[in-house]
Amino acid sequence: MGKTFFDKIWDAHVVADLGDGFALLHIDRHLMHDGGAPALLAIKEQGLSVRNPELTFATADHVITSAPGRLDMSRHAQSTLRHLRAETKARGIRYFDLGSGGQGIIHVVGPEQGLSLPGALIVCGDSHTCTHGGMGAVAFGIGSTEVVHVLATQCLVQQRPKPMRVNFTGKARPGIVAKDMILHLIGRIGTAGGVGYAVEYAGEAVRALEIEGRLTLCNLSIELGAKMGFVAPDEKTYAFLKDRPFAPKGALWDQAVAHWRSLPSDADAVFAREVSIDIADISPQITWGTSPEHVVAIDERIPDPAAAGDPAKRRALAAALDYMGLEAGKPIQGTKVDWVFIGSCTNSRLSDLRMAAAVARGHKVASHVRAWIVPGSEIVKRDAEAEGLDVIFKEAGFEWREPGCSMCLAANGETVPRGQRSVSTSNRNFVGRQGPGARTHLASPAMAAAAAVTGAIADYRKL
Amino acid sequence: MDKFTTLRAIAAPLMRDNVDTDIVIRIERLMGGDTRREELGRYCFESLRYLPDGAENPDFVLNQGPYRRAQILLAGDNFGCGSSREGAVWALMLMGIRCVIAPSFGDIFRNNCYQNGLLPVVMDRAEIEAIAADVGNSPEQNQVSIDLQAQEVVAPDGKRVPFRLPAMRREAMLAGLDEIGSTLGREAEIAAFQARDRKARPWIHQA
Ligand code: SF4
Repeated sequence: MGKTFFDKIWDAHVVADLGDGFALLHIDRHLMHDGGAPALLAIKEQGLSVRNPELTFATADHVITSAPGRLDMSRHAQSTLRHLRAETKARGIRYFDLGSGGQGIIHVVGPEQGLSLPGALIVCGDSHTCTHGGMGAVAFGIGSTEVVHVLATQCLVQQRPKPMRVNFTGKARPGIVAKDMILHLIGRIGTAGGVGYAVEYAGEAVRALEIEGRLTLCNLSIELGAKMGFVAPDEKTYAFLKDRPFAPKGALWDQAVAHWRSLPSDADAVFAREVSIDIADISPQITWGTSPEHVVAIDERIPDPAAAGDPAKRRALAAALDYMGLEAGKPIQGTKVDWVFIGSCTNSRLSDLRMAAAVARGHKVASHVRAWIVPGSEIVKRDAEAEGLDVIFKEAGFEWREPGCSMCLAANGETVPRGQRSVSTSNRNFVGRQGPGARTHLASPAMAAAAAVTGAIADYRKL
Repeated sequence: MDKFTTLRAIAAPLMRDNVDTDIVIRIERLMGGDTRREELGRYCFESLRYLPDGAENPDFVLNQGPYRRAQILLAGDNFGCGSSREGAVWALMLMGIRCVIAPSFGDIFRNNCYQNGLLPVVMDRAEIEAIAADVGNSPEQNQVSIDLQAQEVVAPDGKRVPFRLPAMRREAMLAGLDEIGSTLGREAEIAAFQARDRKARPWIHQA
C-alpha cells in the first residue's frame, strides 16, 4: 500500500517509537515569536541549554504596536522585546528584530525567508503554524511547555494524527480566492471536522493556487479543528523558494528538490477520511457569527436558528446572532460596518495587498469607517511601497501601518471597540477576539476593502 | 507537573460545543503585562463569568451555588479549540478544575493538559449529558468520581463509564512525570538520528 505525503514526512522524523501511536519526533525548524519570551526564561530558570540554536528562528509580532513609526510601543512590549533580544543573543538564536528588514508575523517570515521548506517538520508556539503547510511542510502549533521541550531537546512527543484528504473540485469563478475556498469548507464540515486529522488539500483548484494562496488555505486548518494542513510541493513551490535567504543553494538545492519530488502522496495511498468539495459555483464568503463555521456567501441571508435541528445548536446560533447584533433572515449584504482590518498571517502578503488595493483604487473609505492595512512583514511592506500600494491605500483613506499581528488578536492595545463591527481578513471571529464585545466578520482582502469603501458588507465584484 | 490519581468532586455542566481558548482566557490576560500567572483563575471564562460592568453574571453556571467549587467540567465537542495558549490550561486549573470531560478536544489544548496534569477525558456525548442531568438535580450530593488507574468515571447514579488514555499519557499523569526530563534521557537516540539525517537531508541542518 502506498504512503500519503504525511506518512512519508512523519516516518522520516521518528527518533523513537513510544508505542500507542506516539513518537518522539525530530523538529527541523522551530519558530518563535514574542509570546515565546517566557519559554526562553524557563530554559534559563530550569538550567537547561538550547540543544540546536541554529534550528530556532525568532521574531516579534504579537505584542508590538503597528502604529506608523512604532511610536506608541507599550512599556510591556518594550520590556518583552528587550528580553527577547537579549535571550536570543545569549543562546545563539537568529532573531529578526524590528527595523532589521526581516521582522514580521512569524508565519509570513518563515516562507519569505526560505525557512519553511517542503518535507520539513516545523513547530511554533502558535496555533497558526499550520500556515507553513502551504510550503509542503508538516507544521503545527504547540503549547509553551512544548516550546521548552523543543528548545531543550530539538524533539517533541506527539501522537500520530490520521491522514485526511480534502479534494477541491471544479473551477472557481473569477474573483474567488483561497480564503473563500477554506471558509466554504469550514462552513460545510464544521470547526470540528478535522479534529484528530492531518489534512492534505488536493485537487485542481489547489494546484491552481499560487503559494501565497496555499498559505492562506492552510492557515485556517486549525479553524477546521486540524492541527496541521498542507499542500504537497510542486514546481510552484520550488520556484517560490529558490534563492530565498535560507533556502538551500547550489548542489544542495538540487539534492533537496530531488528529495521533495518524492514527497507527494502515492497514487494508492489510503486516507482515513476523504472529503470532496465542489467550488465551481461558490460566491465570496463572509462569516456572520462567532465561529468560522458560521459562514455564508455574500448573496445569502443570515441563517435562522429556528431551522437548526437540535436545541443546543439552536441556542448556540441564537447566542451568536445576539452577540453579533444581527437579525436572522436578513441579507448579510448591506450590514453597516465600523472597522476594517486587512492583515494577519492569513491575508497580509503582497498578493493580498494587491487584491485589496485593486478594489480600493479610486474609492474613498466611508466616513464612518476606520480601515487599517497592516502588512505581514517588513519585506511585504517594502515591496508594497515599491509598487505604490501604500499610496493607493492612503489616498483612499486607509491607514498604512507597521508589520505585526495587530488587531487580529488585540494583545497589543489595538482593539475594535465594544459593540462595533469589523470586517477582518484574519482567521478568528471568536467572541472578544478583536477586543471585548467586538463583532468580527471574516472575509478575503478584496471583500474587506469593499466593506471599507462602501461602509457596509458588500460584494466586491459589483463595485 | 501535578499528579492525577483519583478525584471525587462537583461537576459543572458547560455543554456548549467549540469552547475556544480565547473564551477560556483572553490573550490580554496572558500577554498584556498586567496580570500575574497566579491571578489567571479569576479571569477564566471572563466574558461569560462577568458582565460588561465587571459584576458577576448570575446566569453563568460557574457563578451558581455549589458549581463555584466544581473541579470537573462537563463540556461539549471540540473543547479548547483555537489558539495554542497554554494559559487556558493554567486558568482552568487555577480556578480549581482538575478534569474536563468532553466528546472531543482541540488537539493543542489536549497536549497542554497533559503537560500540566489537567485530565482530559473523552466520552460519548450521551453519557456526558446523562451525567450532567443527574448532577443538575443536586450538584452537591451527585458528585462525580474519576479513577485514572482504572480509567473509569463513576456517574452519580453509580454507573461506571470507562475511558481510555494512551498508556504513556496515563503513566505520566499518574506519576506526575515531566516529559522534558524523559526526552533528555534519550540524548543518544537524538544524536544518532541527527547524524543519520545530516547525510540524508543535509539542507535541513545547515540553515
Ligand atoms: S496574525 Fe493573528 S493568527 Fe496570525 S500569528 Fe498573529 S495573532 Fe496569531
